[in-house]
Amino acid sequence: MKELVVISGKGGTGKTSIVASFAVLAKKAVLADCDVDAADLHLVLEPRIVKRSQFSGGSQARIMPGHCIACGKCEEICRFDAIFYDGPGNGRVEKTYRVDPIACEGCGVCAYFCAENAIEFTPVVNGEWFVSDTRCGPMVHARLGIAQENSGKLVSIVRTEAKKLAEERKRDLVIIDGAPGIGCPVIASITGADLVLVVTEPTLSGLHDLERVADLTKHFGIETLVCINKWDLNKDLGSEIERIARRRGLKMAGNVRYDHVVTEAQIKKKSVVEYREDGVTTDIRQLWAEVVALMDKDLP
Amino acid sequence: MQIAIASGKGGTGKTTVATNLAWVASRNGRKVAYLDCDVEEPNGHIFLKPELSDRKPVGDLIPQVEAEKCTLCGKCGEICRYSAIVCVGQKVLVYPEMCHGCGGCWLVCPAGAITGVSREMGTLETGRAGAIQFAHGLLNVGEIRAIPLIKAVKSTDFRADLSIVDAPPGTSCPVIEAVRDADLVILVTEPTPFGFHDLKLAVETVQALKLPLGVVINRASLGGREIHTYCTARRIPILAEIPDDRRLAEAYSRGEMACDALPEYQSVFTGLLEAIAYRVSSSS
Ligand code: SF4
Ligand code: SF4
Repeated sequence: MKELVVISGKGGTGKTSIVASFAVLAKKAVLADCDVDAADLHLVLEPRIVKRSQFSGGSQARIMPGHCIACGKCEEICRFDAIFYDGPGNGRVEKTYRVDPIACEGCGVCAYFCAENAIEFTPVVNGEWFVSDTRCGPMVHARLGIAQENSGKLVSIVRTEAKKLAEERKRDLVIIDGAPGIGCPVIASITGADLVLVVTEPTLSGLHDLERVADLTKHFGIETLVCINKWDLNKDLGSEIERIARRRGLKMAGNVRYDHVVTEAQIKKKSVVEYREDGVTTDIRQLWAEVVALMDKDLP
Repeated sequence: MQIAIASGKGGTGKTTVATNLAWVASRNGRKVAYLDCDVEEPNGHIFLKPELSDRKPVGDLIPQVEAEKCTLCGKCGEICRYSAIVCVGQKVLVYPEMCHGCGGCWLVCPAGAITGVSREMGTLETGRAGAIQFAHGLLNVGEIRAIPLIKAVKSTDFRADLSIVDAPPGTSCPVIEAVRDADLVILVTEPTPFGFHDLKLAVETVQALKLPLGVVINRASLGGREIHTYCTARRIPILAEIPDDRRLAEAYSRGEMACDALPEYQSVFTGLLEAIAYRVSSSS
């Protein structure tokens, strides 16, 4: 079984629209939406949820005002500035300490060192993940709670579950819609994957972010393909990006033209290849054929 | 006054809004600082083209273990919630990329064998783009923690009267760190199903932080009125609308500021600046 991850570095390059088309073209793949922070693939694939599970990315501290003697130890040792001296008073002290749940990293150090055992440290539910059926096959996706951390851990769960599902259903490909950026969630999306496809655009920002993300895939030693989406927006820069990509040892998998049909398809909750037969669809079909050829050739 | 420019979904024009806002505000005689907190993929410099005069490494603490003092008690491994330090056999191993720098291990070590030492995670670069003071962070490749670097960018002391924070996309921890002390958060969106869906998540996030917010619709002529209806129902002001103009996309592709390349757009951003000033003064 192989894992293909589609990422973009920069957001808004059309990555998810391409993944949705791949899902249709692949016919027998399992899909995984690892862009858990702002998941969009479900808007096109309209999954029917068959199983939902809660996700706990970690624990959080809470000071029990009744037990706090306001010694200030916790504030002194918390390295995340998460503790404030403005909690409610109790019989003994005028004010108590309080944890800001948004700043708390969940390290538990305060709870460990509190001599009064006044700090509870309990797991928090900060997301949900789903196994669903779609018209293109099974899909694993997730939703991270608002203002929550540890998206990397949730991404790893989505990937693991998608792989399990692929084994159960005897499907030999997992297509992953990866997270943007180069940080924690994208690292969790790509580590150990077989192939990465970077969808970029012919803009200086697109080029800059492509280079950053290419450094990342190189760092993890993952074979990387590049697609320039909306390439005809700036053809000169498009060619320049191709040159730079090749020089870095990245393979060009094909370019996709700029077309309003992509947005129209999104509004109709369809993938581009389902919405149109020609034009931009021709480009996406070619891109897919190239990706498949490379997968079969280089990755036994 | 600190304004954060954010968006649930990437690529909606967040950097376009942030840089052009800085441009018009500076033209209007304000002391402006532009703080690029999208440290994973900073792009503001492509448009503002600052002269960077200072670079400095930014790091956080990680444990360093002195083997001679270590008694192999294993307490460090027990307190660490991130599996970043473990005591195995005759040795304590540290995994720097996993460490959150919480300090638990050096506080707990009864033998005093652990000290926190700084480890570089990225670089803070500062300079000027004309009259605009500029700072951005560049996260090192392979690094998972953006927060210390975002903090460093935000704590650059420019004594500006308008600080514009370009926040990373999404809704999780790095975004929150970037926007948390803003006087107003501006969410940039576009009228597509993806844009609208991600806007709703971003609104929930900003409201969870109890921060005042406003919306800018980019490529506004592209779609319907869903965003307007949604914003009106929630009393969220729409501060500006930028049309879907291929010339804007082309200027962007070349790394040109909209206000420079297409001067007729200056009024859009001046209008936005006024709307912001009005919002901030009426909410404080
Ligand atoms: S758990 Fe850690 S981050 Fe949270 S308040 Fe306690 S010391 Fe601070
Ligand atoms: S500083 Fe905290 S996160 Fe880092 S190794 Fe020590 S206990 Fe673990």
